[in-house]
Amino acid sequence: MADSHGPLAHHFDSLEQQYESARLGMWTFLITEVMMFGGLFLGYVVYRTKYPDLFVAGSHHLDITLGAFNTVVLIVSSLTMAMAVHAAQEGRRARIIGYLWLTLLLGGTFLGVKVVEYSHKFHDHLIPGAHFQWHGAGDPVGPIQLFFGYYFLMTGLHAVHMIIGAGLLLWLIRLASKNRFSAEFFTPVEMVGLYWHFVDIVWIFLFPLLYLIGRHG
Amino acid sequence: MSEPAPATNYLNWNYSIRSWLLTTDHKRIGLLYLMGVTFFFAIGGLMASLFRMELATPAGNLVTADTYNKLFTLHGVVMIFFFLVPSVPGVLGNFVLPIMIGAKDVAFPRLNLASWYVYIIGGCITLYVAVTGGLDTGWTFYTPYSSTYANTKVITAALGVFITGFSSILTGLNFIVTTHKLRAPGMTWMRLPLFVWAIYATSLIMVLATPVLAITIALIAIERATGIGIFDPAIGGDPVLFQHMFWFYSHPAVYIMILPSMGVMSELIACFCRRRIFGYSFVAASSLAIAIIGFFVWGHHLFVSTQSPYAGMVFSFLSFLVAIPSAVKAFNWTATMYKSSVSWQTPMVYAMGFMGLFLIGGLTGLFLANLAVDIHLHDTYFVVAHFHYIMVGGALMGYLGGLHYWWPKITGKLYPEWWGKFSALTVFIGFNLTFMPQFVLGFMGMPRRYYSYPVEWQALNVLSSAGATILGVGYLIPMIYLIWSLKNGKPAPANPWGAKGLEWTTPSPPPMHNFEQTPIVTEEAYAYGNEGHGHG
Repeated sequence: MADSHGPLAHHFDSLEQQYESARLGMWTFLITEVMMFGGLFLGYVVYRTKYPDLFVAGSHHLDITLGAFNTVVLIVSSLTMAMAVHAAQEGRRARIIGYLWLTLLLGGTFLGVKVVEYSHKFHDHLIPGAHFQWHGAGDPVGPIQLFFGYYFLMTGLHAVHMIIGAGLLLWLIRLASKNRFSAEFFTPVEMVGLYWHFVDIVWIFLFPLLYLIGRHG
Repeated sequence: MSEPAPATNYLNWNYSIRSWLLTTDHKRIGLLYLMGVTFFFAIGGLMASLFRMELATPAGNLVTADTYNKLFTLHGVVMIFFFLVPSVPGVLGNFVLPIMIGAKDVAFPRLNLASWYVYIIGGCITLYVAVTGGLDTGWTFYTPYSSTYANTKVITAALGVFITGFSSILTGLNFIVTTHKLRAPGMTWMRLPLFVWAIYATSLIMVLATPVLAITIALIAIERATGIGIFDPAIGGDPVLFQHMFWFYSHPAVYIMILPSMGVMSELIACFCRRRIFGYSFVAASSLAIAIIGFFVWGHHLFVSTQSPYAGMVFSFLSFLVAIPSAVKAFNWTATMYKSSVSWQTPMVYAMGFMGLFLIGGLTGLFLANLAVDIHLHDTYFVVAHFHYIMVGGALMGYLGGLHYWWPKITGKLYPEWWGKFSALTVFIGFNLTFMPQFVLGFMGMPRRYYSYPVEWQALNVLSSAGATILGVGYLIPMIYLIWSLKNGKPAPANPWGAKGLEWTTPSPPPMHNFEQTPIVTEEAYAYGNEGHGHG
C-alpha cells in the first residue's frame, strides 16, 4: 500500500484505480474465505444430519450466556469498525485511532471470553482425544467427539481470523498515528474493515449452529 | 518496431541476487517461477523414470513395494501441485498477461512475489518429505488410509500442499483484479487476447476451489494429529465425505491445468495461421463455461464409492456436458486453420501435438464419464493414460509451445528452430509410445499403483517404458538448447513471428515498465487482415 513515494503505487494511473483494485481484491479474498469456511460448514451439516440427537446433546454443554455475550461484543465491534472507516473517509485522525482501539478492545474481549469457554471444556474433559469423557449413558462417544471436534475447528479457525484481524488493527493504528490516511487515501482502513465484518458474520452463523439449534426443540 | 532495443531492460537494469529475490516485477517473477517449475518438473520426471524402469519387468525387482508407492505418490504430488498448476499461469501468465492488456504490472506486485515464496516454501516442505520418509497415500490422500493407517509423513506433506495452495489462490486473485482493473485504454473485454480469457477463467477456479482443498487437507492433518474421527468410520466419521471434498477441488483443478494451455493454443494458432480465431467470442465464453461446469462434475470420481446411482447419473450427464465447450475450442481452432497457410515453426508443431493428444485425452474421458464403462475402467491404466493425455499431452505441450513462442520476448534471444521442431516431434512420439499402450493395458484390466503385474502384460509395459525414455530425451533437448540460446542465440527483434498483440509491440526483452508509453488499443485481437500471407 503506501510507500515512501506517497500512496499511489507506480503501476496505477490514479488513486481511484488503485482503490477499486484493492476493493475487488479484498472481495475476491473474502470469497475464498467463504469457500474455506464452507468446507467446515459442509462437514458440520453432514454429521449434524447423520447424528441429530447427539449433536443436540453436545450443544447442551456450550455456554449460551457467554456465547450470546460474545455475539453482542462482535456486533458492537463491527459498529466501531464502521465508525473508524467513516472517520478515515473524513480524514479525522484522532477519531480513526480512537475507534480502532475500541474495535481492538472488543475483539480482545471476544478472544478472552473464548479462552474462558475453552478452558471450561478442558476441565470438563470435552476436548476430543484420549482424555475425552462423556457421561450420557449409551451415547456413542465417536459422534459426540465429532460435535466437539467441529466446535473447536470452526470456532478455532474463527479465532485465528480474529487474531489476524487484531494484528491488522494494530498495523492500521500505527499507520494512522503516522498520519498516512486522508480523505483521498483511506484504502487500508476500509479493506481491514471489510475483513473484520466478514469475520463477524462468520460468528453470526457459528453461534446459532453450535449453541442454539435444537436446544429448546 | 525497427528502432533498436533500448539499452536497459527488465533483465539488465540490475544483476544483483537481491534485485531478483526481492523483485516485484511480474516479468522477473515469471522467470522465478520458470526456475521453480523446471526444478520440480525434473524431480517429478526422475520419479516417473524410476517407476517406469521398475515396470519394465513383471516382477517387482528394482524397488520395494513401499518405495514404489512413495515414488508414484510423490510423482503425482510434485507434478500436479508444483509443476502443472503453477506452470502456465506462473511462468507465462505472469510474464505476458500484464503486457497483453497494456498494464505496467499485475495489480498487487508484492503479493505476486509472496505467491512465489509461498510456492517455494510449500515445495521445500514436500522435498523434505521426499527425503525423510516419503508419502505413500497416492496424490489423492484418500481416507481412511491417509488419516488412520499410513505410516509415512502425511501431516508434513499435507502442510506442504496446504501452503502451496495459497500461492495458487493469491496468483488467481491477482490475475482477476489485474484483468478487471488494469486494462489499457481501449482494451475492452471483447478485444482481450484469448490467453487472457483462459487465464481469467483459470483464476476463477483457483480462488473458488483451492480454499476447499486447503481445508480438506488441513482436516486430514488434524485428524491424524488429534484423533478427531472426521473421516474415520470406526468413530463415526465418513471417508467418502473426504472424496467429495477432495474432488470438489481436484476435478476443477484439472481445468486449472488445461485451460491456460488452451489459451496458449489460441495465441499460437492465430499467429501461425495469420488469422483471427474463428468464433472468437465462443472460444472466450467456452473458457468460462469449462470453469463453471467443471465445478459440477466431481462426482464422476465416485461412481464406485457408494455414491447413489441417481447422483451418478447426474454427474455422468454433467461430465458429458463439459465436452461441449472443449469441443467448441477444438472445432474453432480447426476452423481457423482451414484453408489458411500455416507456417510450421516450433510453437505451431507443439500446438498440433496438443490438438492430437488433447483430442485423444478428451474422447477417452467420455468413456470414463459413462457409468457402466467406468465400472470396468475405474482405477486401471486406462484412467492413467487418459489423464496423462490431458495433463501431459495437453497441458505440457501447450506450456512448451507457449514457452517457445514467448521465449524471444522473455529473453531477447532466438532459440535454434531445427532443434525446436525436433524436440516437439520427439515429445509427441515418445508421449504416444508411453501412454497409448497404457490404454490397452487398462482395458485388459491392469490396475494402477501396483509394482508388479502378470507376465503377459510385459510387452506393452516395455513399450511404455521405452516411450518414457524417448519422452525424457524430448524434454531434455529444449532444456539444453533454451539455456544454450541465452548466451549463443541470435538477438530477437521485437516481433520475430510477425504476430499481433501488445506484447509484440514492445522491445525484446521488454523495458522495466513494459511500455515507454501506455498503449491505446484501437482494434480487436488478432487483427491480421490482409497483411499476412495466405488469406483464405
